[in-house]
Amino acid sequence: MKFQKDKLFAVTQHQLSSFFETLAGLSIFSVRFFKEVFLPPYEIVEIKKHMIELGMKTLPIVGVTGFIIGLVMTMQLQPVLQRFGAEAFLPGSIGITIVRELGPVITALIFAGRVSSGIGAELGSMRVTEQIDAMEVSGVNPFRFLVVTRVFATTFILPILTVYVIFISLIGSYIAVVLVQNMTWEYFTGRVIFAVEFADVIPGILKTFVFGFIVGIVGAYLGFNAKNGTEGVGKASTTSVVISSLLILVFDMVLVKLTLWLWPNVN
Amino acid sequence: MLTSMVKIKDLHKSFDDLVVLDGVSLNVEIGQNMVVFGRSGTGKSVLLKCLMRLMIPDSGEIFIKDKNVLNLNRNELNELRKDIGFLFQGSALYDSMTVRENLEFPLVRNFNLQQDEINDRINRVLEAVDLSDAIDKMPSELSGGMRKRIGLARSIITKPTLMLYDEPTTGLDPISSKEISTLIVDLQHAFKMTSIVVTHDVLCAKIIADCAIVLDGGHIVHEGTIKELLTAEDPFLKNFFSDKVIKNNGRN
Repeated sequence: MKFQKDKLFAVTQHQLSSFFETLAGLSIFSVRFFKEVFLPPYEIVEIKKHMIELGMKTLPIVGVTGFIIGLVMTMQLQPVLQRFGAEAFLPGSIGITIVRELGPVITALIFAGRVSSGIGAELGSMRVTEQIDAMEVSGVNPFRFLVVTRVFATTFILPILTVYVIFISLIGSYIAVVLVQNMTWEYFTGRVIFAVEFADVIPGILKTFVFGFIVGIVGAYLGFNAKNGTEGVGKASTTSVVISSLLILVFDMVLVKLTLWLWPNVN
Repeated sequence: MLTSMVKIKDLHKSFDDLVVLDGVSLNVEIGQNMVVFGRSGTGKSVLLKCLMRLMIPDSGEIFIKDKNVLNLNRNELNELRKDIGFLFQGSALYDSMTVRENLEFPLVRNFNLQQDEINDRINRVLEAVDLSDAIDKMPSELSGGMRKRIGLARSIITKPTLMLYDEPTTGLDPISSKEISTLIVDLQHAFKMTSIVVTHDVLCAKIIADCAIVLDGGHIVHEGTIKELLTAEDPFLKNFFSDKVIKNNGRN
């Protein structure tokens, strides 16, 4: 019994120290990113290439997810609002929920699963097959060429994907509404636009820049520092998803609190 | 006047408790082709990586063309690296790029060349390694030997004066291995390069080397020409080379 307790304690201690080590390494890596991102040469072609590639890769999956979320949420919310005689508020409440919270967070989590793991695996495999070293010896800064370009791309493509997901979710929501009652698309969108304010949209979209940065930097950090051959590549890929998803949720909590503090009238 | 291409003084490198290099000193003259022998894990690749500052040694000094590699800033180091070619053990071709893009990469990034000049250099190095028709292939479409050749082409495309080879024949069949070794010698003559070759392959060493060193226990334990090392009466060398020769003969 005591042996098991000791073992459990040792495992927990190891996992905690490894988690905090990763966080410390990630912070140093992020500082390096901000130091390097402003220095020439600016890899515009590479950034554009990654933005298109990552955007196209994620577009179908986030689209389907957004559609289903909009549909299901409306199906769940409709009877509840009906119970309170507040059915008229359905488009508005769906709109606010999607714009403020669900759209950005769901898109970021799907994006993390698809992209962070991809970046982790790609850079990890480049590390263990010495491609990063080869870049370094040919006089090219691999951090700037591989990391800065990818993190920049994820930071700026996620907000665009989020706007797309919000739009698709509203379509899903509208379909759920018309399945049970008569409502025109114009009326539905009119109610959404009436309910959703500028102060709902801006913080919702702004936080996706932070989420995009997290997805990129976590994948890049774990891939760039991968060790131990193919096992290390797999580990970098899976750990990227876990850590980036966790950080997205933690930062969401912090940013929501910050938003409410900065815009106290948002309620 | 510059006579030494590479000078290493009292180099030490450890990984935790494992001492890999323990006071290695070495001098490679301009135009010389030196082979580094040693059992697996004796720090041969670490030595090459320290030379390129891919690893930082614990202590010691490394001079390449009289420049102290460990004291150079990032820009100076990149300038020096442009003049050094490195063939990695696994070739390290960029998976996401075609052969042409792999060869273009160091030129486009580091040299202000016209596209015509770049194309000309690509064609010339591909001809040199006899793989002109692989120009638009992806690395995944190439065999191990072809990858080594393209890796070699990429290393020499910048016309380096110093070439470092990390196990250039590992994983190749004896015929491809001989072809690569001969190709290395031909290129050395054509481009007048100095080279340091880390290898286990005695046949490769016989073809390439002017002189050789043997690393063991973090030290250089023997130094001389290949012939001297192969005919030495030292039990360690006898054991090391006789085993190798038998294996090579067995394969051939």
